[in-house]
Amino acid sequence: MTDYLIKNGFVFDPVQGINGDKVDVAIKDGKIVDAGDVTNPTVIDATGMTVMAAGVDIHAHVAGPKVNMGRNFRPEDKLFNCTAGSGIKRMEGGFSVPTVLRTAYLYARMGFGFSMEAAMPPLYARHTHEEIRDTPIIDQGALPVFGNNWFVLEYLKEDEIENTAAYIAWLLNQTKGFGIKCVNPGGTESWGWGLNCEKVDDVVPYFDVTPRQIVSGLIKANEYLGLPHCTHIHGNSLGEPGNYGITLDTLKIAEGIKPQNDFGREVVLHNTHLQFHCYGGESYASKSFESKSKEVVNYINSVDNISYDLGVVTLDETTTMTADGPFEHHLSHMNNLKWANTDVELETGSGIVPFIYNPKTFIAGAQWAIGLECGLFIKDPMRAYVTTDAPNAGPLCRYPRVYKWLMSAKARDDVLDNTLKYGDRIRERCYIGELDREISLYELAMMTRAGPAKTLGLSHMFGSLKPGLEGDVAVYPYNPETDTDDPEKIEYAFGNAAYLIKGGKLIVKEGEIVDMGNKRTFWVNAKVNENPMVERDIAEKFRRYYTVTQNNYTVKGPHFVPNPYVIEVDSTK
Amino acid sequence: MAKVILTPTQTPTLFLEAENITPDVLAGKNAAEIAALHGFVGKTTVTLGDYFTVEGAGGQTAADTTVVINGDVSRVKYIGMKMSAGELIVNGNADMYVGGWMTGGKITVNGDIDAFAGLGMTGGELIVNGNAGNYLGAAYRGDWRGMQGGEIRVSGSAGSDVGTFMRGGTIVVGGNIDVHVGTHMEGGTIIVKGDAKTRVGGQMVKGTIYVYGDIDVMMPGFQYRNDVDLEVDGDNGHFALYEGDMGERHSKKKGVVIYGQLYMKY
Repeated sequence: MTDYLIKNGFVFDPVQGINGDKVDVAIKDGKIVDAGDVTNPTVIDATGMTVMAAGVDIHAHVAGPKVNMGRNFRPEDKLFNCTAGSGIKRMEGGFSVPTVLRTAYLYARMGFGFSMEAAMPPLYARHTHEEIRDTPIIDQGALPVFGNNWFVLEYLKEDEIENTAAYIAWLLNQTKGFGIKCVNPGGTESWGWGLNCEKVDDVVPYFDVTPRQIVSGLIKANEYLGLPHCTHIHGNSLGEPGNYGITLDTLKIAEGIKPQNDFGREVVLHNTHLQFHCYGGESYASKSFESKSKEVVNYINSVDNISYDLGVVTLDETTTMTADGPFEHHLSHMNNLKWANTDVELETGSGIVPFIYNPKTFIAGAQWAIGLECGLFIKDPMRAYVTTDAPNAGPLCRYPRVYKWLMSAKARDDVLDNTLKYGDRIRERCYIGELDREISLYELAMMTRAGPAKTLGLSHMFGSLKPGLEGDVAVYPYNPETDTDDPEKIEYAFGNAAYLIKGGKLIVKEGEIVDMGNKRTFWVNAKVNENPMVERDIAEKFRRYYTVTQNNYTVKGPHFVPNPYVIEVDSTK
Repeated sequence: MAKVILTPTQTPTLFLEAENITPDVLAGKNAAEIAALHGFVGKTTVTLGDYFTVEGAGGQTAADTTVVINGDVSRVKYIGMKMSAGELIVNGNADMYVGGWMTGGKITVNGDIDAFAGLGMTGGELIVNGNAGNYLGAAYRGDWRGMQGGEIRVSGSAGSDVGTFMRGGTIVVGGNIDVHVGTHMEGGTIIVKGDAKTRVGGQMVKGTIYVYGDIDVMMPGFQYRNDVDLEVDGDNGHFALYEGDMGERHSKKKGVVIYGQLYMKY
């Protein structure tokens, strides 16, 4: 394997406290090593460029049945938006729901090395893994959804943490999943009765359990198992005016719970796409709607066991897709565009609606502002991660644009003054006007690699340039000394990495993708004590309810996961 | 006004995709440059010169460029796609997507055209002295933004699914029309001077459809309101007004519910 030495770049690595110093970065046998440990390396001259560990995406919808449904029902997303193959690249297409190849190439061009698929319906895990397999270059994992699963609802009604943990361990193994995702806890199942769970103490019909019990139980089961990632939560009443109180109620469930794991993870609850959960007021009208990002982030600042990602609205036409079925139904009645919906038997549901975040409306501008506020109020950037909940708040390709807005008050003012129709009103109803903070490159490295790697329990592999970690390095054509004059340079540089080395392989060379890498699928094998009751329950559910047998459910063999990377945890001790 | 004359020299074995044949692209180019412009046949890239002889040259801008195609181009797609100004005349039949997504200028086809003409167009004129195919002035598959402005005039008959997801502009069909007229229509006007078959205005939310002849089967979601005398496209007539589609959502304006309107001439 070729050794690499990246010389003369401005290096940003918060884990080692390197803040823009000119440090040489060396890679040998696929791992980062001390600069003196490489012999006859290929030298990459990064003079005038920014060097960081490759990016880590904690939350994006880029593979699986709902992404594919989005592709199927939005052919117009690819209209005039395809690029023919060239060199090693094959044809790529799509904007908000890109093909698997465009997803991989986008991540490579943005200097990313790992992405977490944020919601995998267990029944369709096979499909999800087939798409992950077909997405080259980046390493990926997937989070199965648990928040409306019948087993979980039944066990947590009686607060049976051990049984819940045994079931979770079984399901992670069956679906080759990475951790616990919880979407609109109880709400999607309630929708089967035409209801929803709008508050944490609403009761799920028939199951007689509340979102509070589900969230609390999943967190406890997660720590019981000692999984690398914490419980990953999309709370109740997403996108509803006045929902910030429900968000605070959900976050407070984690109060006093300590992380138990061997991976250096310090949080027990990750609140995803916080932007959608920070709304005040009673309606979307500008006289009522207001931002409550400060209140929510201030609470998170006051505790140490919660992280979140932003979910910034990018003011584009996009495709919303979530396991929160009732929310998508509600959305389809707001914009009257097409709607797709699925009930996943015993487990979850899903909905898809195209959506235009129109900068000429007050509400889209306010959502844009709130997403950025979530990134600007944080005291410890190791706990706030940049996402667009791709593609829900904005397409994946917009990450560099979000960096620009976070790093430049001038760029934000430009949007408020020139792009948004109700910029002044948004300054009044949101906090964006009082924020002049500009995220530094050092903080950006925390929010896009070091932080997410830590919360995913992968800080021993990703997120830093410390010797021993994976040889994942991105070099961006951005000079932190001279390129500060124009915020557009930030957006260009972070969308057009000059070099990306992934697992010691040169993937992007002088801005061109030259290698498809050695893609791995990460999953967590959790060992638990034998639990005959859970085993019997599983057999019973397959016999009585599932339309498939267990043989057709399990994700197995090299067809689905040809290149696995298994993380072992053991709770039998 | 500068004129470019394209004369077909051979019929493609497959179909030629020639989105470059617009005044916008040909403006500022001489005959040799125009002949070198690319097109696609299947997966191969060809030049316009492979299929046409080129005479004349483009004007300085699209607005002062006229493009004339003298001959049959019934195996050439995307003629006049996205054109914004100038004039394009086809003396012969043309294939699909004539004037798709056009924003301005004028296209005249002295012959028949196939499906998807004027797809998603927002402005300009598309005149067809012949028959039109299916999906005239409709939306691209999957899209909800059909024809939004401009005018399409067909002297002969038109196929099915005319004006699907139409949001603005006018479509006039001189002859008869096939099934599914103005499906999901949210604005604009469709005038059918001959007969229509079934499913006229299905899931229509807003907009206006006039039918001078008969409708085989009226959609059950339309209700008769009253008779009116109107002048439509220069013709005076006595019309029966129906409103619908009652099965769809309808917005209110000043407390009054806005329906799609379907006028049938007596």
